[in-house]
Amino acid sequence: MEDKKLLLDIQDLSIHYVVESGTVHAVEHLNLSLAPGENLGFVGETGAGKTTTALGIMGLVPNPPGKVVNGKILFEGEDLLKKTEEQMRSIRGGKIAMIFQDPMTSLNPVITVDKQIAEMVLLHNNVTEQQALERAEEMLELVGIKRERARDFPHQFSGGMKQRVVIAIALACNPTLLIADEPTTALDVTIQAQVLELMHELRRKINTSLIMITHDLGIVAEMCDKVAIMYAGKVVEYAPTEALFNHPGHPYTEGLFNSIPDLDSDEEELKVIQGLMPDPTNLPSGCTFHPRCPYAVEACSKDVPPMVEIEPGHFVACPVRGKPYLHLGK
Amino acid sequence: MFKYIARRILFLLPVLVGVSFIVFSLLYITPGDPARMVLGDQATEEAVQEFRNKEGLNDPFLVQYGRYVYKAIQGDIGRSYMTRRPVSDEILSAFPSTIKLAALSMVIAILLGIPFGIISAIRQYSLFDSVTMIFAMVGLSMPVFWLGILLILFFSVQLRWLPSSGFDSLAAMILPSITLAAQSVAIVTRMTRSSMLEVVRQDYIRTARAKGQKESVVIWRHALGNALIPVVTVVGLQFGHLLGGAVLTESIFSIPGVGRLMVEAIKMRDYPLVQGGVLYIAIAFSLVNLLVDLVYAWVDPRIKAQYK
Repeated sequence: MEDKKLLLDIQDLSIHYVVESGTVHAVEHLNLSLAPGENLGFVGETGAGKTTTALGIMGLVPNPPGKVVNGKILFEGEDLLKKTEEQMRSIRGGKIAMIFQDPMTSLNPVITVDKQIAEMVLLHNNVTEQQALERAEEMLELVGIKRERARDFPHQFSGGMKQRVVIAIALACNPTLLIADEPTTALDVTIQAQVLELMHELRRKINTSLIMITHDLGIVAEMCDKVAIMYAGKVVEYAPTEALFNHPGHPYTEGLFNSIPDLDSDEEELKVIQGLMPDPTNLPSGCTFHPRCPYAVEACSKDVPPMVEIEPGHFVACPVRGKPYLHLGK
Repeated sequence: MFKYIARRILFLLPVLVGVSFIVFSLLYITPGDPARMVLGDQATEEAVQEFRNKEGLNDPFLVQYGRYVYKAIQGDIGRSYMTRRPVSDEILSAFPSTIKLAALSMVIAILLGIPFGIISAIRQYSLFDSVTMIFAMVGLSMPVFWLGILLILFFSVQLRWLPSSGFDSLAAMILPSITLAAQSVAIVTRMTRSSMLEVVRQDYIRTARAKGQKESVVIWRHALGNALIPVVTVVGLQFGHLLGGAVLTESIFSIPGVGRLMVEAIKMRDYPLVQGGVLYIAIAFSLVNLLVDLVYAWVDPRIKAQYK
């Protein structure tokens, strides 16, 4: 994980939200890295801190109430948290672009779509407005929307089309890193497939790295080289996709796989992970998953488990379940 | 768009018929005899009856109303009992003062209310925000006549900077406009603030920031356009009200506007003048509403799509 050629290297990142009822530990001592050209799946339940991590990378954590309290976000070797607002502005959109979850609300309703794309182009390239608008039309064609619709407003497009526009905005400046925050959650299943296919294709065309935030393991299997499983603000497992699917190391990951319904067996109820996500203002001590963990031993409630490499590139933050696999790494 | 405007103006007709009928009925059942009011207590019973016959006040209700509508269609809405001048002339001579007062107040409300609202919203919970909100609350709850009198006492009587009455010079317009604008400023400020607070939390604002856009452009270009939509409604409603005449402000500053004219007419049971005044207010209000809807379409493309 300490390769110097990493595109993104997040070290010990903590982001807290200070609200009336206490401090929400949205992201807690998170470590994550991404090599150039890599596709990382970022998986976890709602509230695990995936979006907050993404906003942290973008420097867009709403403040107040949010605050990055600790850590480093190294992007191309430079700490984004030490950048000035002005420097961040040129990185945002230019080098790191983000696709947000809900396309219905992500576009400005009173501005035509070509202008919304052109705005991005104008900000990061030295072009005239005319050229930017021309580029906007090209981008629309690239995502499969006819040029003639460039001067339409967002309300004239369907949900899937809007997400295409959002993708066009994100990719307009050929970003080095693209963060997609559940880009298909709000869409129909058929449209989901189209949008994923489009992202896959465009990603190859402009050769960008991708962080795909999702809670759909199917999407991960299809799109990602590596997976980070997040639980209660921490990465609990980090592995190449194949390794993770073949032998998930963390009990939480195991629980996630078990909760996918099996088409062949005739079962009445879903196998869910027992218990609920912990209250983020009052996280359990030690391993945050231990109250729900079927394998928990006494030590789990005391010590925060370190990430252990159980096979090359496969890290698990669980000493109990990680052990049996240790021989794989040796 | 043109079709839409034409249709809206056509809709004005039933509104006017309804309004005139209601006002006519109300005046008919209100106690008080216009003949007595006009001729005075000393007039003989014969003179009173002659006046009533001449003005058709002894005819049945529907006959009176029918005659009024018939004449109104031909453009004649009668003569004032008091001055014997045509009602339209009376209203037209009071109109300029009213519209000037209303427009000036609205300009003040917009120029102060919108910027204050925006700054309050983007610096929510700051000192500026708190102070502005306190002023807005004071402005909203302060009676107009009280503010007017205070301003006169201070600027006209004490300092002798500005005239206390009339409406013929710019200097004379300052105090009445401020008096009348106070509440509108407060309303527009609060509306802009709350609307802006809602808009800056929208996803598309985050999208704009994620593009690397400057915060000032995010506010001006992305937030303001959306935040002003509800403000347009409020400004329109306020302006409509003000066009109907500001009775209190006009009385305090002795401005010969529509508000004062109407109150006088009601006091004297000057039926044609009341009737005409109400019709004028209905037309003014409807036209302002139409204007607001057109501004709406201009600001919000989603609404424009419905006007075709």
